Amino acid sequence: MNKIRVIVAKPGLDGHDRGAKVIARALRDAGMEVIYTGLRQTPEQIVAAALQEDADVVGLSILSGAHMHVCPRVVELLRDKGLDHVLVVVGGIIPDVDIPKLRAAGVSGIFLPGSPMQEIIDFIKANAQPRLERV
Amino acid sequence: MSGMKTATPPTTSGRGRWEARVLEPALAKAPERSGPFTTVSGRDVRRLYTADDVPGFDYETNLADPGRFPYTRGIHETGYRGKLWTMRQFAGFGTPEETNARYKELLEAGGTGLSVAFDLPTLMGRDPDHPLSLGEVGKCGVSISSLADMERLFDGISLADVTTSMTINSPASMIFAMYLVVAEQQGADWGRLSGTIQNDILKEFIAQKEYIYPPRPSMRLITDVFAFCADQVPRWNTISVSGYHIREAGATALQELAFTLRDGIEYVQWGIDAGLDVDRFVPRISFFFNAHNDFFEEIAKYRAARRIWSEVMRDRFGARDERSLKLRFHTQTAGVSLTAQQPYNNVVRTAIQALAAVLGGTQSLHTNSLDEALALPTKEAVTIALRTQQVIAYESGVTSSVDPLGGSYYVESLTRDMRDGAYGYFETIDRMGGMVAAIEHGYPQREVAESAYKFQQAVEKKDKVIVGVNDFVADREEPIPTLYIDESVAERQLARLDRVRRDRDGGRVGRALDQLRETAAGTGNTMEPLLECVRAYATVGEMCDALRDVWGEWEEEPVI
Repeated sequence: MNKIRVIVAKPGLDGHDRGAKVIARALRDAGMEVIYTGLRQTPEQIVAAALQEDADVVGLSILSGAHMHVCPRVVELLRDKGLDHVLVVVGGIIPDVDIPKLRAAGVSGIFLPGSPMQEIIDFIKANAQPRLERV
Repeated sequence: MSGMKTATPPTTSGRGRWEARVLEPALAKAPERSGPFTTVSGRDVRRLYTADDVPGFDYETNLADPGRFPYTRGIHETGYRGKLWTMRQFAGFGTPEETNARYKELLEAGGTGLSVAFDLPTLMGRDPDHPLSLGEVGKCGVSISSLADMERLFDGISLADVTTSMTINSPASMIFAMYLVVAEQQGADWGRLSGTIQNDILKEFIAQKEYIYPPRPSMRLITDVFAFCADQVPRWNTISVSGYHIREAGATALQELAFTLRDGIEYVQWGIDAGLDVDRFVPRISFFFNAHNDFFEEIAKYRAARRIWSEVMRDRFGARDERSLKLRFHTQTAGVSLTAQQPYNNVVRTAIQALAAVLGGTQSLHTNSLDEALALPTKEAVTIALRTQQVIAYESGVTSSVDPLGGSYYVESLTRDMRDGAYGYFETIDRMGGMVAAIEHGYPQREVAESAYKFQQAVEKKDKVIVGVNDFVADREEPIPTLYIDESVAERQLARLDRVRRDRDGGRVGRALDQLRETAAGTGNTMEPLLECVRAYATVGEMCDALRDVWGEWEEEPVI
């Protein structure tokens, strides 16, 4: 069986990568193939990584308030590249008012502070479409 | 006091007898909870601490009276009976005008010092019109790109009469130069200015990751500030060596203590290597620690920090000035401990953490607001946070006696363990060639990430309970009001930046930036050319870019 391939990315200028690294490791320990992009990635770089790595999931960690700029842009660029099947999830500090806007923009999973790692793992397993299922 | 100055504690506990005769039957009747009984850092805690847990305890070498080497009981002879700690609430958001208004409110509410939070573009040395600044202007702090912004930030606030702490690291020299020029405009004497710049790049590489240049030229900027201030701004705290962010990134209490003090040692070594006399710049080095939930472990951490610093400054560096030996520190309660769930509980967490900082002898304190797991705090939330400090200061009674926990078997045993553990880390890092070399090898970064993951696993298994998150969960929660920063901030800051660029003397800016590049490529002090850049209204982005041209940028290898 193919492993789910996940890009974990930290967009924007913020360097607080505790959450990104913890979740990257948790997803890996849960049997997924995880590629961590490192810090300060633009939406273009993140989508390029998703394309190159044939990712099933893009996970974004954003704490700085830049999510309304970053997340819709990542979804849009994925669509431009024909990567509509890629599941986009975001974790971080997201004000309630922005949650419906992010969902409307195509972000499937939104995980707020205190979300259990298992909940994120289960969500990805339930919603990602690994390559074999796609063909 | 004299009764405690004996070489060994006056009584031994007879713990073995107690365990056999009293404890065993009690446990047989009523077993203990399953535990684990560990600190938030995962340290095992014994059921009972007695004199057996501090063997060879000697009052003079382990503690000494307050104000005396090794300062375990505090650097002031009278503790808080003389002067309370400075209640310093970190604040900054949106435009300089909005932050200026918040400062004036805080000062009127009885705050006694200012503390500036900058937005991410400023922290990363980017102007608001840089592509990477998109969506970040004014979000996590105030946006400052030129002297014009700094003039508005401190409008109507006399810099000669307040103390100001500025949380800025990679562009610390640039922002400090702006502060000095605003003071100059107000007619304030630099010799009387008092405050702090964080200016601690090592913890950026270890934890917060707001670095620009590679470690070695970054260290040069800092030793330049040491030298400049020793001559011209002698009352300024040139650096706030910070464990706060290391802890927030996942470090244990011991790792926070050890890496922070080893960072401090690194700065002192680089200052000496740059030709400075130890007692000329070390007295202006201050520290910044976290206050997390585990009450006694935190108190032990602060006490151990004072003891270690005095020992290391005396024995490793030959410091003679008492001020070089006395570790002064700011504390902030643990942002990472705040929960988005049932946010009013955060008031209680913050109060417990603040009390630990006070019992540990902090010189200044920031208490977090209840809504900070959700957004930047509202005015109402900030006021409760400040009132929390005032309740501790004026109602709890803990300020009446110096180091009231001194002599507690548990606290003294923990303090000793913390000290010994930190010296162990020092040995490891010394073997690697110092902290800069250790960072280049990724050592402290890996240690912190490992601890963060272990903690998260403990939370998942409920070995660590977080009230409202993994236990005592509410079915339904009413949302609380939060601060929302809209995009108009970016528009206003972009407009001002345009005006500044239009109105200034472009030739003077160009010459000042050229001079900065030339100094950076050579060995002169970078503060003088930076002051000229600031007076010419060069922007933070332009000044940082000039140094990027010379030194390049640091990129960390992403490892999970």
